[in-house]
Amino acid sequence: MRRLCAVLGLLAVAASAVAAEIAPSERRSGYELMGRELRAMQDDDAANPAMLWVLEGATLWKRATGAAGRACADCHGEATASMKGVAAHYPAFDAATKRPVSLEQRINICRVDRQEAPALAYDSRELLALGAYVARQSRGLPIAVTIDDRMQPFLEAGRAIYERRQGQLNLACSQCHDANWGRQLAGNVIPQAHPTGYPLYRLEWQSLGSLQRRLRGCLVGIRAEPYDYGAPELVDLELYLMWRARGMTMDAPAVRP
Amino acid sequence: MASALINVPPRAKRGEIIEIKTLISHVMETGFRHTQLGAVIPRNIIRRFVCTYNGTEVFRADLYPAISANPFIVFSTVATESGTLSFQWTGDNGFAVTESAKITVE
Repeated sequence: MRRLCAVLGLLAVAASAVAAEIAPSERRSGYELMGRELRAMQDDDAANPAMLWVLEGATLWKRATGAAGRACADCHGEATASMKGVAAHYPAFDAATKRPVSLEQRINICRVDRQEAPALAYDSRELLALGAYVARQSRGLPIAVTIDDRMQPFLEAGRAIYERRQGQLNLACSQCHDANWGRQLAGNVIPQAHPTGYPLYRLEWQSLGSLQRRLRGCLVGIRAEPYDYGAPELVDLELYLMWRARGMTMDAPAVRP
Repeated sequence: MASALINVPPRAKRGEIIEIKTLISHVMETGFRHTQLGAVIPRNIIRRFVCTYNGTEVFRADLYPAISANPFIVFSTVATESGTLSFQWTGDNGFAVTESAKITVE
């Protein structure tokens, strides 16, 4: 009930506010909006629970699987070198499907086509572990999705979803994350929605989760029907958010409240 | 899976207080939650954590349902001699994990 009141209150504020894009100098990652203790937790690899997944990902990276009997390492070698900066460039264009794919989808495409193994479920432990391991190699690097003529329509589609009011509360992403960031929504500070640290460990989830899990959670929060995991709409939205956060530093795998 | 992360300083001076950090992967299911169909999700937690230093117990903790998933336990001890620190987590459903770390005391 309190959350509902807060959302309704926000709705009243949002109705009067004009959602403009955040100026580059005003951009803040979720990390900067966290308290000292949580930042320390994220920064210390011995305390960051996401490192459990990274550790598992490192094991999976070297394990041969599928009918082809190949491990990720057999093609890609050491991830510390070959996967450096890769997560900062996703979602990226996939020539086969002629549309952008998320990092998780790319891992699954590799599994099915090259390892001849069954695709992993979205947000399954193994897929999160591999995603976290790959994303870890981009820590400290700037986000840089490639936008060209092929990607432009998907970026625009993502922007349209971000700015479109939806759900029973009739809210657009931009009304919270552009117009009211830094304010409180119930007990939480509204972040600017820059996906710098995914997959990340959320204390509320008590687990690691993907960006799509976060997006689906937001959609449920505004009483909209969430898109399925891996849906094109979610990938477009991911693409727009990564483009919006271009140049910001990756801190994956992050910790968030 | 590789389920525990342990951080012990590899070397220490004799008599120095050292900090030990442990993180283990575990769901810590409380036993108080229900599925959407109303069935109780059975409790599945770590019950006890023990650290021994060359066979001598230096730290022990009992864990309860209110403790979060992936328990992070930090404690300190005095570096007395070179040897092995052994860590044991035991819990419901026969959960048992043992890890160890070496320390050199000068």
